[in-house]
Formats: sequence, structure tokens, C-alpha cells
Amino acid sequence: MTDGDTHPDDPTGSYQGAAPQREGGQSVGDVQTVAADGASASGLGSQEPVLVLEHASKSFGALRALQDVSLSLYAGEVQGLVGENGAGKSTLVKILAGAYRFESGHLFLDGEEKVFETTAQSRAAGIAIIFQEPLLFPDLSVAENIFMCRQPLRSGRRVDVRRMRREALALFESLGVTLSPDRLAEGLSIADQQLVEIVKAVAADARVMVMDEPTAALTATEVERLFKIVNMLRDKGTAVLFISHRMDEVFALCQRITVLRDGRLIVTKPMAEMDEASVIQAMVGRDLGTLFPERTASTGDVVLKVEHLTSLGAFTDISFEVRSGEIVALAGLAGAGRSEVVRSIFGIDRRDAGRVEVNGRELPSGVPSAAMEAGIGFVPEDRRQQGVLMNLSIERNIALPSLSQVAAHHLVPRGSEKRFAADWVSRLRLKYGRMNHPVATLSGGNQQKVVLAKWLARHPSLLIVDEPTHGIDIGTKAEVHRLLAELAAQGVAILMISSEMPEVLGMADRIVVLFEGRISGVFSREEVDQEVLMRAASGLANRAAS
Amino acid sequence: MSSDVQTATGGTSQPDMPLDPGGGGLRARLGPLMRWESGLVVLLLATVLMGSQLSSMFLESGNFFYIGINVGEFAIMALPLMLIVVTGEIDLSVTSQLELSGVVMGYLFAHGWPIAAAMVVAVCLGAVTGAFNGFLVTRLGLPSMIVTIGTLTLYEGIAQVILPNTAVGGFPAGLTKIGLVPIPHTEIPYSIGFFIIFAVITAVVLHKTPLGRSIYAIGTNREAAFFSGVHVKRIKMGLFITSGILSAFCGVLWSLRFASARYDMATGLELNVVVIVFFAGTAFSGGKGSVIGVVLAAAIFAGVQNALTLDLVPAQNQNIVIGSLLIASVLIPSVADVYRRTGQRLQDLARRRL
Amino acid sequence: MSVATQAPGAQLPGDDKAQRSNWLVDLFVEYRSIGVLLVLVIVVVLTSIDNYRFVSVTSLQQLVSGAAIIALLGIGETLVMVTGNYDLTVGSVLGLSAYAVGDIFQHNQHFPIPLVFLIALGIGLACGIVNGAVVTMARVPSVVVTLGMLYVIRGIDAVWAGGNEVGAASLPGRFVEIGYGTIADVPYLALIAVVAVGIAALAVRTYRTPREFYATGSNPVAAELAGVPVRKRVFTAFVISGAIAGVAGALWLSYFATVDSTAGSGYEFLTLAAIVVGGVSVFGGSGSIIGAALGVLLVNTMDSALVVVKVSSSWDEAFQGALLLAAIVFNRFVTVRRTRELRTRNMSHVK
Repeated sequence: MTDGDTHPDDPTGSYQGAAPQREGGQSVGDVQTVAADGASASGLGSQEPVLVLEHASKSFGALRALQDVSLSLYAGEVQGLVGENGAGKSTLVKILAGAYRFESGHLFLDGEEKVFETTAQSRAAGIAIIFQEPLLFPDLSVAENIFMCRQPLRSGRRVDVRRMRREALALFESLGVTLSPDRLAEGLSIADQQLVEIVKAVAADARVMVMDEPTAALTATEVERLFKIVNMLRDKGTAVLFISHRMDEVFALCQRITVLRDGRLIVTKPMAEMDEASVIQAMVGRDLGTLFPERTASTGDVVLKVEHLTSLGAFTDISFEVRSGEIVALAGLAGAGRSEVVRSIFGIDRRDAGRVEVNGRELPSGVPSAAMEAGIGFVPEDRRQQGVLMNLSIERNIALPSLSQVAAHHLVPRGSEKRFAADWVSRLRLKYGRMNHPVATLSGGNQQKVVLAKWLARHPSLLIVDEPTHGIDIGTKAEVHRLLAELAAQGVAILMISSEMPEVLGMADRIVVLFEGRISGVFSREEVDQEVLMRAASGLANRAAS
Repeated sequence: MSSDVQTATGGTSQPDMPLDPGGGGLRARLGPLMRWESGLVVLLLATVLMGSQLSSMFLESGNFFYIGINVGEFAIMALPLMLIVVTGEIDLSVTSQLELSGVVMGYLFAHGWPIAAAMVVAVCLGAVTGAFNGFLVTRLGLPSMIVTIGTLTLYEGIAQVILPNTAVGGFPAGLTKIGLVPIPHTEIPYSIGFFIIFAVITAVVLHKTPLGRSIYAIGTNREAAFFSGVHVKRIKMGLFITSGILSAFCGVLWSLRFASARYDMATGLELNVVVIVFFAGTAFSGGKGSVIGVVLAAAIFAGVQNALTLDLVPAQNQNIVIGSLLIASVLIPSVADVYRRTGQRLQDLARRRL
Repeated sequence: MSVATQAPGAQLPGDDKAQRSNWLVDLFVEYRSIGVLLVLVIVVVLTSIDNYRFVSVTSLQQLVSGAAIIALLGIGETLVMVTGNYDLTVGSVLGLSAYAVGDIFQHNQHFPIPLVFLIALGIGLACGIVNGAVVTMARVPSVVVTLGMLYVIRGIDAVWAGGNEVGAASLPGRFVEIGYGTIADVPYLALIAVVAVGIAALAVRTYRTPREFYATGSNPVAAELAGVPVRKRVFTAFVISGAIAGVAGALWLSYFATVDSTAGSGYEFLTLAAIVVGGVSVFGGSGSIIGAALGVLLVNTMDSALVVVKVSSSWDEAFQGALLLAAIVFNRFVTVRRTRELRTRNMSHVK
């Protein structure tokens, strides 16, 4: 079974060659692993892989989330899985978790083919997923959380509370952590919650552990602790799939690395054979320069002024400005506090200190409608839960924030929402069936256009976009970028959050970098490149003064 | 990946999947509700049929008055309750607010207040009790289900304290006649007349105003509605207050109609209002609900009750029927859902086999 | 509260007591139950100062006998509430079962008593099964479902009973003795309740399945993920609640020695209020059986105290409603403060 026959410099990003022919029913052990996937080079080639995913494909309507992806995971290795947003990582994770079923492909665990109908089955088979947001029982103790459904028993099927406690402590001990098994899970820090999830997995003899962006919300110390634990797990023979955006972590932790792009597997190679540049190339796979619209920044007055904005536990002392016609990007790693900052600006969350001024007027804390009145539009990160109302029609979604305009004498005239929405729908080139169809019927890219339309219809002076092209196909991505550039040219101030380096570099006039809730650097587009950005985002000092 | 939490349970929810709307235009959006309401129309006809079979008096011209008058107050209270359920909350204290207001009106009148003033105070009291409900739910973030069970007991209890074991009567005949005669030149009881007015107002608000759009939005996705600038808390509070005011108004009507106010005059009857709301097809926090549904459901309810009464079925037996109706009305959508999902599951399985 | 690391397998301090202390720890760490006990003591003391007859033997016997029946209902209701649901049918099931037993005796006073209890249990089981089935199938909260069932069951009860009332004369002496009999001045009913509560509390602590009830209420999504058969557990909770209500109906009859179609009305709200006072969370996921029982005892005592202090009974309902609301609000405060405290305790451990 081959992975990644492709050279990392291959600009076409073509994927692996054909897999060797196999009859149905033949077990995986009979197939030879080819050196190209780096397994033998990492010293793993002599074993059988614990987990094998073969030619997995999954589509959602027209969107092909995964195309013919094959992956193998060995006991005692930490494999990194990287890719841009929308590359298919989360779909892959969900398939392993048993939450999705793929349309074609096979999954083998220890050589046996498995089909998971439910997430519980995947878990029972020995695959543990550590989600970014752990799922614990807040009302129960840590020990109870760890051993739910598999509590140690003593005579008469009675739960052995003593043993449960002891085993929990022993598990903590073996991973070098200090946590009380008796305390309630409620109020645990994210890092500790993650720990409990990991211990849960170990207690359940998980053979495979998939960690989905585990370091997103952790402090540097906590990350160190996590790494130690991951290494311990590896030494014990667990197969770990480590998904992360942070290059330095992936390089520090993993033996092999797999890169996904646009739903396809690009390459799987041992870390020794790759460097940061080649990984990024594989992730992006195209010439950065031609992706983004040409822009000449001609900026006007200050539209948004943020001063000493603070929210305890999320971010501290954030100050910056955005002028009309300018695109300012808030960059940083996941968990740096960017979304929290913009939510605070728009009023979704209350702030603990600081000032927000729009066009000279101060905004009250925690009142989204005031922000709207002042001329701010907010495109949130979570499109499905926060951006659109899925079961509501396209026209109603677009008209919702503007109903007071649409209505005449407090009544909404028949067809007025449709007329209101029609203009923007055509301007954004929205692809839809009929305007009164629910938004759920649209593709991701078009759903995002609906979100944009509803705010643009209010002619905002400031548009906040949080991960504007997350999970969207290439074509629509480009359209969105063009649109944002056009808006800026028309004088709209744009505050953009993006985790995609190329997007940040390609679109922004100025870049404000956050690290662990504080500003770690402010750059203009000329004076910055990827390395400078990455360093600032990782909290490392840059040689050039900002 | 917070949105993924919902999918982690093994459901087949997919992000960004274009669904098949299953037909064009209006039907796509209104589809499920239209089906439900058509079903209600059929049921209404069936009720009329059954009623006429059970008793010859059912279709008599004077009977419409009796059908209507027994459901009037419940139908009125069902309107704001439907709106509350659309936003994902519930108010089980409606009949207790009715009793409390009726009792207060009676008490004041018995102590010499002019009836008009007593009525006004009673209705204003409804705003207070409604606001208290709203406060507990929106400001303290408590689940409306158990909160309104608490206020249900509390309000009736206060009514009992005010009027422990007596009933107040002696209301002016000019007003109590609403229990005996219909609106002049019609067969329509006064309470139904009020219901029609309120129903029209509710329909206009719900289907034609920004407020109505916002209410649906909250029911569809509370978070996204908030992110679009909808004042979720304010609207919910307003709905609880409205429910309180209308319940109080019904308390006034009820007391006048029976020419007596007692603290327990409507004990146990909150079920009737709840049945009408759910029978109308209101989905608990799904953003589904319509005034037509409430009208039809109220009509069916009234018809069934009347037919049973004419057939001399005692009240307790009627409760069995009504309780069963409630259960049926909440089971049917779920059964239909299970049916549909099983079908999908089978399709999936078949596809994998190939 | 972090524990120093030691060699694995070594006897850790507190280990020996861990099993036993869990029982005590729950009681203490939930200062809740201690608080309830304290209030209870205060109420009793104050009332007896006002009227010393309050603590007379007969008065106390009446008090605990009445509370005993509600406490039994409280066991089932707690299990249901812990899963995040409500069972509003306990009163009507009790009433139905009570009348059924009375009816049987009215036709045949020599009907074997054990068998009659079995029938009562059966009626409760049947109702619980229907409740559980509908709740797990319907997409609507259990409140609405059990509200409907409440009326159906009460309606069936009313149909069966008609206007009939079964009096003491129809009941066999030995049956009624269960209701008023005592051992060393402690009523049988109270003993039964104490034993039932004790067994239930022990079972919840000892076996796996009850823990899954708590998991279901605490985080249903995580529960499914962990492999908890959520629907089965919810179903079971309702079945247990129904079964207990059925048996409680028979006991109710043995105590009151008379029954008509209104037996048990209002008990569901009383039980709910009492267990919430006892610390059972209205959101599900937490609450102990013993706490619930103490809550029942407290609420019943307050009720009796009000009578003794000559507060008119017309204040009863208002008082109950206010108590339930106060308990819910108080619970919420406690939870919010506890969460905040647990979060801050956390931060100090980040080294």
C-alpha cells in the first residue's frame, strides 16, 4: 500500500499512485508497505500497523471532503496530521471516531476490518479521540469520569471505589501528573480536562489516540506537560495521531508527518526527511502570489479604535485601530484569544476593561445591537451555529438584522424580504435553488455568502470576519477574497481573523499578532513574511523591530 | 470544534451538506407544517362527523355557542403559550395566573371597588406574575419547566390565601351575561370573539412583523439569532408578560362568565391549554408554530369535549381522552421521524453492501 | 486537594476509609444535607417551644408516617430527575394503585395481603413502563409527556372509582395495621421508608448502572460517547419511579384507611419541591437519595409545624410553591459559586 509517491515540490499536488491489486477479504498483513511512506525509515516497517485507512472518500453533496485518502498508524509512533482549514482533517477524525461513515474505503484495526455505526463502537474498538473541547461529566468526580461504564468491580458486581481511586492515581502517576481523583470534573481547566480525557483513553486500553488540536487552548507550560505525556504514551506502544496547526510542535513531537490538502493525501514522510518549508509547500501547494487580489491601500479615518481591551482569562490590554479602506488581520495560533477579542468588540461577550470606539462613539459592553447600530457587521467563525439559521430561508436570513429597514409601519410587506435580499444575492453570485429554501440546502461557500450578504445589506463601516474562508471550496474562497478587497476599496474597514498564513499575508494591510491573549507584534504588509509571523504567533521575539 | 460536539453522538449530521428540499417553492419551506395543518383539518371534519353521530344535538344551531364557550379562555391562553414554546420555553402557570387574577378581581369587588377598576388591577397583576416568571427564566437562567411548576403552585396558593374557602359572586349582570348569551346577532360567545381578535393580532405579529420573525429566529437557533442582533432575553420576557396579561384577562372572563371567582376554579386545567398548543403542531424549540394550527387545534379540542359531554361522558373520562391526545400529538412527529430515519438507514446499508 | 504521588500500589492515606468515607463525604461535602438537617432541627425546636405537643409521640409518629410515603416517592423521583427528566405522574399512580387495592379489598376482604402488594407493584410498573416508553420515544420533554399521562391515569382512576369511596370497614385489620402499627414507638411506615431509602442510597453508591443515570443527566452527549445506553437508562428510571409509586399507593391506603378517586392528587408537586429542597438539581446529574429524603422530612415537618402553629391550611400551597422556587434559586446560587470556586482552585495548581 503506497502513500505519498509524490515529491513535495510537485506543484500540481497530485496524490499517491495506484495501490497494488488485492482481492477482497485479503488481510492487510499480506500487503507490503512501501518505503515511500517512511514507515521503515522510522523503524516501524517491521511491525504491522495498528490502524489502516484505505482509500477513504467522503463527500457532502458537491463538497468532496476526503478523496481516496489512505493512512497507516503504527504502535509506538506519533504521526502528525497537518493541513489547512478545510483540508479534510476534521472529516478524517470524525470518520475514525465513528461519527461519519465514508462512502468508499476501508478501515482496519489490527488487521481486522471494522465498520463503526456509532461513536461508542469506535471507542470500544480502542480508538480514542481527544477533542479540542473535552466531554466530561461536570457533576461527577474525576475518577468516575475516567471509569464510566468500566468501573472496576469487586465481589457481587459492586463497584470497587477504592480500586477506582487507586487506579486513577496510578494512571496519573504513570503520566507524571498531579490531579485529585476525588474532585468534581466541574471547573477543571481545559488542560486538566484534556488530561482526564487522555487518562480515560489509557484506562480503556486505547490502541489509537487521535489528538485534535490539543494545544489550542494551552499555555506553554501545559503544552510541555502534554508533550511529556504523549511521549510516554508512545513509549507504551500507543499509536498517536497528532493534529495541529503549530509547526514547531509537530516537528518536536512527531516521527512521521502526513499532509492533507483539499481532501487529498499529499505526502506521508518521516520528519527527518521534511522541513518546515517543504511541509508548508505541501500544505499550500500553489504559488502564493497569484491567489490574492491586487490591492492598493488608500486608507481614511479611523473607524474602530480599541483601547486596553481586557477580558479576564481570555485576553489582556489589547489596543489597535482600523481605518476605513484598510484590512487589518488578527493573526495568531488557535487559542491566542482572537475570536474572544472580536466577540468582545461586537458585544457578544462583555468586557472587563477597556474601550471600544466606532466612528468616535463609544460602544457599551455586551450589546450586539448597539454595535450593529454603530455600523459593525460580524461574520462569526462558527457558521452553522452562529452565522446562519440553517432552517430558515435564505431571504429571511439575509433580512434578519435589517428588519426595521425592511418593514414599513412595523409590518413586513409580502415579498419585501425577497426584494431586499435579491440585490445582494446577485451581487455575491450566490448559487441557490430558490430564495425561500432553507440555508441548509446551500454549500458551505454559499452559506458564507449568505452571512456576508446579511451584513453587507446594512452598509457597515466596519466588517469583522472571523475565518472568512474556513471550510470553503477554492473557487468561493477566491470570490470572498475579491469581495473583501472590493469592500476595502469602497472604504469599508475590515478586521479579519485568519489562521491561514497565506490569507493573512495576501489580504492584510496590517497584521496584529496575538500570543496567549496579548499583542506580540504589529506589522505592515511590506515588513513581514511567514517566518516573522510564525515567530510572533509563537511568542518568540523577532529580530526586526515591529 | 464546538459544533462537532453535537455530531459526536453518531448522528449523521454533516456540515455544509446541501439537502434536497424535496419540491419547489412555498411547499419546501412550509412543507412539514402544511402537512400537519391539513391533518388537523381532516381531524376537525372527523370530529364534526363523530360528534354528529354521538348526539343529535351536536349540529344544532345553539350548540356552537356551548362548544365555543367552553374552550374560549383556553384558546386565548394558548396563543402566547404557543409563542413561548416556539422560543423554547414553556409556561405551565397560566391557569394559576387565571385563578389569581380572578380572585383578586373578586376580592376587590367584594370590598367595594368598582368592577372596572377591579378588572384593570386584575389584568395588571397578570403582567406582574408574568414578569416574575420571565425574570426567573431570563435573568436567573432557570429552566422554565420547573420554574413555572413552582409558580403554578405559588400563584394558586396566593389565590387560596386571599380567598380561602369562599367564592365571590354578585358581579354586575350586564357583565356576567357573557356566560349566557352570545355576541348580539351572532352565535359567537364573547370569549371566542376576544379569541378571534387576539388570534388575528397574534397572526399578524407572528407572520408579518419583525418581532414575529425574531421569535421564529430564536426558536430556530437562539445563538445565531443573538449573533444577528435579536434581543433574545427581552423578547422572552415580553412573551412571559403577555402570557400573564392574557391569562389574567381570561381570569376576568372566567369569573364573570361563571358569575363567581374561586381560587381553584381552574385547577388542573393547564393541561387543556398545553394540549391545544402541542396539538397545533408547535415544535418545542424548532421554530415551528402557527396561529392557524392553534385555531384548528382549539376547534378540535372544543368539538371533542362537547361531543363527549353531550354523550354524557363524565369529565374524568374526558381527561383520559385529552391526556391521550396530548401524548399522541407529541408522539406522532417522533414516530414519523424514526420512520424516516430508519428508511434512510436502510438505504445507507443497502448502498454499502453494493 | 491534590494528592502527593507515591509508589503505585502503596496504601494511600485515606484509602481504607475511601469506601466508607464516600458515604460520609457525600453527606458532608454536600453541606447541603447538613444544612437541611440543621433547618429541620431548628424548625422542630421552634415549633415545640410554641407548642410542646408538637414533639409528643403521637404527633411525631404522624409526622414521620406521612413523610415516609412521600419519601418513597422521592426515591423514584430523584432517580428520574438525576437523568434530567421529571415524572409528574407519581401522585396519580399512587392514587390509582391505592384505589385498586381498596377496590380489591372491598370485594374480598380476605384477599391475601402479599398478593395485593404485588398487584400494586404491578400497576406501578405498568404505568412506569408506559411513561418510560413515551418519554424515550418522544422528542418532547418529559414534563409535557408526564403531564399528559398524569391526566390519563387520573382519568382512569376516576372512571374506575366513580364516586365510590372505600372505607376502613372494608379493609382487613392486618392490612391497616401496617399503617398504624409501631415497633418501640416507631411506625412501621417510617421503618419501611428508612430501609427503602437506605437500600436505594446504598445501591446507587455501589453499582454501575445508577452511575450511568447521573452521567446521563450531567452530560447526555458525553454519556452516549462513553457508551452509556441513555435511552435504556431513562426508561429504567421511569419504571422504577412508577413501581415505587405503585407500592406507595398500597401503603398510603393502609395509613389513611380510606380512598376515593382523589387520592394522591398534588403529591407530584410536593415530591418535586421536597427533593429539590434536599439538593437534587433541576438540571439533572446531581443529588443524593439521602439528601432527597431529608428534604422530604423537612418539607413535611414544615407543613405540620405550620398547622401546629395555627397557620391556616390555606397557606399550604403558597408556601409549597415559594419553597420550591426558593430551593431552585438557592441551588443555582450554590452551583454557580461552587463552579467559580472549583475554577479558581484550579489556577493555583498550574505550576
